[in-house]
Amino acid sequence: MWLWNKIKQLAIPSRTGVVTLRYPYKPRPAPAGFRGQPVWDHTKCIGCAGCASNCPARTIFLRDICQEIRILLYDSSRCTYCGRCADLCPEKAITMSENFELATDHRQDITETMELFMMTCQRCGRCFDLEIKNALDKLQMLGYRYDSLEARKVIRQSTPELEPELLEKTATYRRPEKLEKSPCGKD
Amino acid sequence: MWKRLTEKAFRRSVWVYHCNSGACNGCDIEILNVLTPYYDVERFGIRLVASPRHADAILLSGAVTRPTLPLVKKAYQAVPAPKLVFAVGSCAIGGGCWYDTYNVTGGGDKAIPVNYFIPGCPPRPEAIIFGVALALGLVDKKVAPVELKQMEFPVDMYRQSKILESNRVIYKLLGEEDDRLLPGRK
Repeated sequence: MWLWNKIKQLAIPSRTGVVTLRYPYKPRPAPAGFRGQPVWDHTKCIGCAGCASNCPARTIFLRDICQEIRILLYDSSRCTYCGRCADLCPEKAITMSENFELATDHRQDITETMELFMMTCQRCGRCFDLEIKNALDKLQMLGYRYDSLEARKVIRQSTPELEPELLEKTATYRRPEKLEKSPCGKD
Repeated sequence: MWKRLTEKAFRRSVWVYHCNSGACNGCDIEILNVLTPYYDVERFGIRLVASPRHADAILLSGAVTRPTLPLVKKAYQAVPAPKLVFAVGSCAIGGGCWYDTYNVTGGGDKAIPVNYFIPGCPPRPEAIIFGVALALGLVDKKVAPVELKQMEFPVDMYRQSKILESNRVIYKLLGEEDDRLLPGRK
């Protein structure tokens, strides 16, 4: 009886067969809908920086090196492959590819650099500032938003048409000198 | 002869120590998934060991948090000398979403030298196998830095604009006073 059980046990693996994948030698494609490395299409990109300002891990950087050229740098090292950049892109220039074999021995291998050509305005000669001027705007670039309702008024509002009411309402608005009050009410 | 035989037979059997430095368990589940019969890494001689003293390589997962930083360093020191460090997942590589928070060191390579990076959040089990197989020399690297350009300029625009900026020619041409660099400007 004991021996017969052992013989039966030997027969079990032959019935089930081999389940182990021969992965590194045979390619195994990712399932449908898998989000791998994002790929930028440089012919479609307009340089709106939507991806850079909405990336949760802040892996996409933008830099204006001169009037005509804007540089987009994607550093995949801390990318979580959430696909938010591909969702947001108005021109659908970003696609999440199915490439997941991204292992490297060097950090530089998983970066993407794109040099974008920015048109110059025919009337004024320039379309954007090379530097952000005040500290509040700098904070906004970093992702900070106004929390208090008082400060919220200060946010510039834009409408498709010019509204005279809004213009009058916002004429007296001033940016606060200091947002935080001094503690204990002392000056 | 016995020594040569063992060198040939056991040259590529890497024993790994799984070092969790504050991961969310996503990468840890994938690492354990690699050891299941379906992906079976023991065919490459890879085994998970309990002590860093027995290990040849460290699988580091998680952004190295402040409490785990001394422990990670100690574990790295405990591994005998020819050692490899694999950073598994985007947290271990660059800190993930928590790269600049107060209690995160910001990635594994800020704490210990990292040899191989396996990106993904979490990486697929295949991606982990690929990373380890890359270290063993079974496969070739598949990624390279990508550089794209929308337009080619006949002159080096960056250099030209830098000269213009440094001489402040642009603002003179526009008839503006340049007070960008002055302090106290709103």
